[in-house]
Amino acid sequence: MAKLLDVKGLRAGYGQTEVLHGLTFELEQGGITTILGANGAGKTTTLRAICGMVRVAGDIVFAGQAIAGKATEDIVRLGVAHVPDGRGTFVQLTTEENVRLGAYVRSDKGQVAADLDRVYHYFPRLKERRMQQAGTLSGGEQQMLAISRALMLSPKLLLLDEPSFGLAPLIVQEIYRILRDINTKEKVSMLLVEQNANIALGIADHAYLLETGNIVMSGTSDVIKNDETIRKSYLGY
Amino acid sequence: MEAFLHQIFSGLAAGGIYASVALALVMIYTATHHINFAQGEMAMFATFIGWALIEWGGLNFWVAFLLTIVIAFCGGFAIERIVLRPLHDKPVLSIIIAFIGLLVIFNALAGWIFGFTIKAFPSPFPTSPPFGNRFLNWHEIGTVGITVVVLLLLFAFFRLTPLGLAMRAAAFNPESARLVGIRVGLMLALGWGLAAAIGSVAGMLVAHVVYLDPNMMAGILLYGFASALLGGIDNPGGAVVGGFIVGVAENVLGAYVIGTELKLSVALVLIIGVLLVKPAGLFGRRIVTRV
Amino acid sequence: MTTSEATAPAAPVAKKGPNAIGITIFVLLLFALPLLLPVVLPLLGGIITLKPNFMIFQLTLVIIYAIAILGLNIVTGYNGQFSLGHGAFYAIGAYTAAILMDKLDCPYWLTIPISGVVCLVVGFLFGLPALRLQGHYLALATFALALAVPQLLKYNHIEWLTGGVQGIVIIKPDPPFGIKAINADQWLYYLALVVACIMFWLAINLIRGRLGRAMIAIRDHPIAAEVMGINLTVVKSMAFGISAAYTGVAGALGAIAIAFVAPDSFTIFLSISFLVGLVIGGLASISGAIYGGIFIQFIPNVADAISKAAPWAIYGLFLIAAVYVMPTGAAGLIKQWQAKRRAAKQ
Ligand SMILES: Nc1ncnc2c1ncn2[C@@H]1O[C@H](COP(=O)(O)OP(=O)(O)O)[C@@H](O)[C@H]1O
Ligand SMILES: [Mg+2]
Repeated sequence: MAKLLDVKGLRAGYGQTEVLHGLTFELEQGGITTILGANGAGKTTTLRAICGMVRVAGDIVFAGQAIAGKATEDIVRLGVAHVPDGRGTFVQLTTEENVRLGAYVRSDKGQVAADLDRVYHYFPRLKERRMQQAGTLSGGEQQMLAISRALMLSPKLLLLDEPSFGLAPLIVQEIYRILRDINTKEKVSMLLVEQNANIALGIADHAYLLETGNIVMSGTSDVIKNDETIRKSYLGY
Repeated sequence: MEAFLHQIFSGLAAGGIYASVALALVMIYTATHHINFAQGEMAMFATFIGWALIEWGGLNFWVAFLLTIVIAFCGGFAIERIVLRPLHDKPVLSIIIAFIGLLVIFNALAGWIFGFTIKAFPSPFPTSPPFGNRFLNWHEIGTVGITVVVLLLLFAFFRLTPLGLAMRAAAFNPESARLVGIRVGLMLALGWGLAAAIGSVAGMLVAHVVYLDPNMMAGILLYGFASALLGGIDNPGGAVVGGFIVGVAENVLGAYVIGTELKLSVALVLIIGVLLVKPAGLFGRRIVTRV
Repeated sequence: MTTSEATAPAAPVAKKGPNAIGITIFVLLLFALPLLLPVVLPLLGGIITLKPNFMIFQLTLVIIYAIAILGLNIVTGYNGQFSLGHGAFYAIGAYTAAILMDKLDCPYWLTIPISGVVCLVVGFLFGLPALRLQGHYLALATFALALAVPQLLKYNHIEWLTGGVQGIVIIKPDPPFGIKAINADQWLYYLALVVACIMFWLAINLIRGRLGRAMIAIRDHPIAAEVMGINLTVVKSMAFGISAAYTGVAGALGAIAIAFVAPDSFTIFLSISFLVGLVIGGLASISGAIYGGIFIQFIPNVADAISKAAPWAIYGLFLIAAVYVMPTGAAGLIKQWQAKRRAAKQ
């Protein structure tokens, strides 16, 4: 399978401090790759680096194009959708306005309307709350909203920043079931970062382990799942 | 009774002006969290351009009116791009100073180019008493009409068009806006353009009443501030309502209670009063957010 | 190499504070100036055609503006609160002095401290509620104050006191004790200079003292300052009051020097002038107030030759340029230059 995302020697940071010290990883077309790591390891920064939201050095090639150093708005136009840390809800806007904004860069109006229906089909709860101010949605609903907004781009690559964060287990399961659906039915590739290794390894085919800005282990999910140290420190059994 | 109704109506006309200025202020505030102290002088300068187009260029009022709005839009756009964009990460004081700099430059330029003598600004409306009622006049009716049309157009633009939605999104949450591909910087500049355009409409409508000179907008800006604060500085609808409330209250109080001599002090008291008693304004948003 | 060794022991002395010898020479020079000018100016012949007395009058205004700007600097530069309305306090100081002299025959020198106290109280009272307002809102409230003041002064119910639009004409004081050696303009210059020396000395001590440190702490780390037990409201209101008092003293001196007050001298543009002086002179710099005073007194004179509007256009450009290229003002530039020179010497 072809590589969709190819990252080599990625360095990134805030101001003077470097947070990522040269990451190399890749993502196959149609696959789900997860980056696992403890709080503060640099997972969010990795996703932000791919989207051009922080200063970067190194190579990032997406679908054959070098995107390191490009503006976020232009990277989005190539088909990279980001479900950010903290969900990034437009709290003053309605649910539907939030969802529609996801398709802002698209010009194929008819297809956008169809996609809106499809997204509501995945998340019927959002449809019920279409006209509600998005800031009043529950945490789980806002997570769904963020995923819906990202899907409306009709992306090639979906970046997901801890979609399980702060949510009840049942909601987490529901969201992951839908993510898997989206991956298999719509062939959307995903780069998923998680602290919750159990659930991430359940959905991903490849995994990387990030510790304080360095990748310390990588492999297929099955291999990682059975690794002794991972089991002890991340999976808890 | 008729005289009283006339005060109310004059108040609505003034209120439309205040509402427009307040809306311009609110638009920039929601997008940048800065109060544009130069808003009034920008409107004044645009009004001079309109005056020049009519008096020097011999254009028809409405042609000049529309052309001025376009010019004001471009001017506001350019100011954001050239002057304010490079300052976006500077401390508040720097930005306030830049606004004051703009205020001073526009004031001085207007005086330099057009002179400091007071000028009459034409009204496009007939001077005959409307419906044979001597307590009304067409300019006031026209002012209310035009401001209401402008406000409705803006409302439709922000609510119904994708660009309007994108501008709101960029103002509320720039980071998320970038993540859906919105060019936030461009949206800010567009917002400045729109604010300047709205201000120019207010300027051209009020210039007929207060006469045109470089210091024409100072008092009106103050009332615009008061209106914006009263309605809630982050709430466009509130600012509009605030404008009309302030306009009517000012006229009625001015006619029957305090006289017109202390207009600016009334605005001062209103501003400080709102800031102290209800800083969020009457309709200030309480954004409900769950974490 | 030997020279650098020779100067080395002197360095710690210089570091103690502003160069004491330099300041003494500067002040002595200032005191000698009015006596030198009438002698020197005619010698220059055609180069400077200004009358010595007028030149001295202008220097008096520089000193007065410097005091006002110093006041603004106390609240904005050292305490981080934005005032766009210090012209209002200048007006209050000027009118207090004028009314005291006009209505109560108060001696002119006594009006200066009284104006200071009046502005201290007014500033403190305005400060108490206004200081709950942060950044922009305080700027807005003070902006509104500055716009409203000229109109208030014209208000016809207090015309008996303020003279309405006409203002109040006061008599220019003669030198005291029947001194004939200097004329009225020279005397006013000395009066302003002595007051300025006292005010600057007080300001330096204020900034170095407890209150000054609290003010700076609030400017830089408001939350930490509060945790440390600094009472924000009291300190900020005090800063505002003291700042207003400075500007009020300047206003009183200004009224005496110009011998006239009228509402239209105290428009928003006066407040903006002070802001220009502050920014150009240098934020949070005592000496910056002097550069600022020089700037706002002389730039208009130079630019007036081009057009009535030109000074303001130049002010505006300077304001914006300052934000971009010299955020530390003239005082900062001079400090940099001195540091470079010192570095070059070593
Ligand atoms: N905006 C920021 N400015 C400075 N440092 C930051 C910022 N955001 C994150 N960091 C630092 O970068 C490191 C990695 O953070 P992050 O990428 O958010 O980790 P994770 O998502 O894995 O929890 C942390 O040490 C954090 O303190
Ligand atoms: Mg994170």
